[in-house]
Amino acid sequence: MSRYRVAVHIVPRRGLLDPQGKAVADALHSLGFAGVRDVRVGRHLVIDADAPEAASAERVVRDMCAKLLANPVTEDFEIATVEQA
Amino acid sequence: MKFGVITFPGSNSDEDAILAVTDVLGQEAVRLWHKDHDLQGADVVILPGGFSYGDYLRAGAIARFSPIMREVIAHADRGAPVIGICNGFQIACEAGLLPGALLRNQSLQFVSELCRVRVESSDTRFTNQYERGQILRLPIAHGEGRFTADEATLDQLEQNGQVVFRYVNAAGEIDTAADPNGSARAIAGIVNERGNVLGLMPHPERAAESIVGSADGVALFESVLARVGV
Repeated sequence: MSRYRVAVHIVPRRGLLDPQGKAVADALHSLGFAGVRDVRVGRHLVIDADAPEAASAERVVRDMCAKLLANPVTEDFEIATVEQA
Repeated sequence: MKFGVITFPGSNSDEDAILAVTDVLGQEAVRLWHKDHDLQGADVVILPGGFSYGDYLRAGAIARFSPIMREVIAHADRGAPVIGICNGFQIACEAGLLPGALLRNQSLQFVSELCRVRVESSDTRFTNQYERGQILRLPIAHGEGRFTADEATLDQLEQNGQVVFRYVNAAGEIDTAADPNGSARAIAGIVNERGNVLGLMPHPERAAESIVGSADGVALFESVLARVGV
């Protein structure tokens, strides 16, 4: 068993209205960042977990996302990084 | 009839629900704790409003895994009535008892006001004491009440008559200005396909006596009694 640190991004599904992202985009526009086209505000989770290998740590975190961390109706998730902790 | 009202850490409408069903309706209520494993013979389960588990992660996401929820899901699977109010609606969606999800209000503001909802169907076990098209005054108090589902699910809800309440203006019409949270198709409340689980963002239990501004919520609980029998 080794300890792995798995980082996950969870963001509102594209196409769904994200009022928080829109408010941030509006604020960026008013600061002069004219190139901003879209902002979505989500969550970034960092999970330390024991697993026999990196692939199984990633698999377990995907399962966590499906069961609790992300809402399949409204959110998408992606595993950002898996590294030895 | 016995109502079981569940208290999660952070629930705040549990006492209002108990008062509505005991003082106003004269029925029996039992307080259930989120760690309980037994509904104590409750005929109807109420998932009350509040901020269970501080709304951590997503509203209702963690409450769904409380020990009592296993019993609530089994109760619903038997076809017995469950009413999810506000945070209870969010919990019911997270638990898969109802389709869809409730997201941050479009305005990003917490809304606390007496709103108007139109009864879209009087043919449910929760609305049979209302007239279809009747306009109710019910309080809302939430930051995450924007009902969201994919188009196919929304169409299915409409076709099956599962949309029970919609936000409307004073004239009884759907109007974006009268939709307090930006819900899809102005939906304020739905039932599951089988018709035994109701979820709604407005608070009928806080509209149980005219002295608090409205008694329009009483008939919702009376509907349950009428259908199930006392």
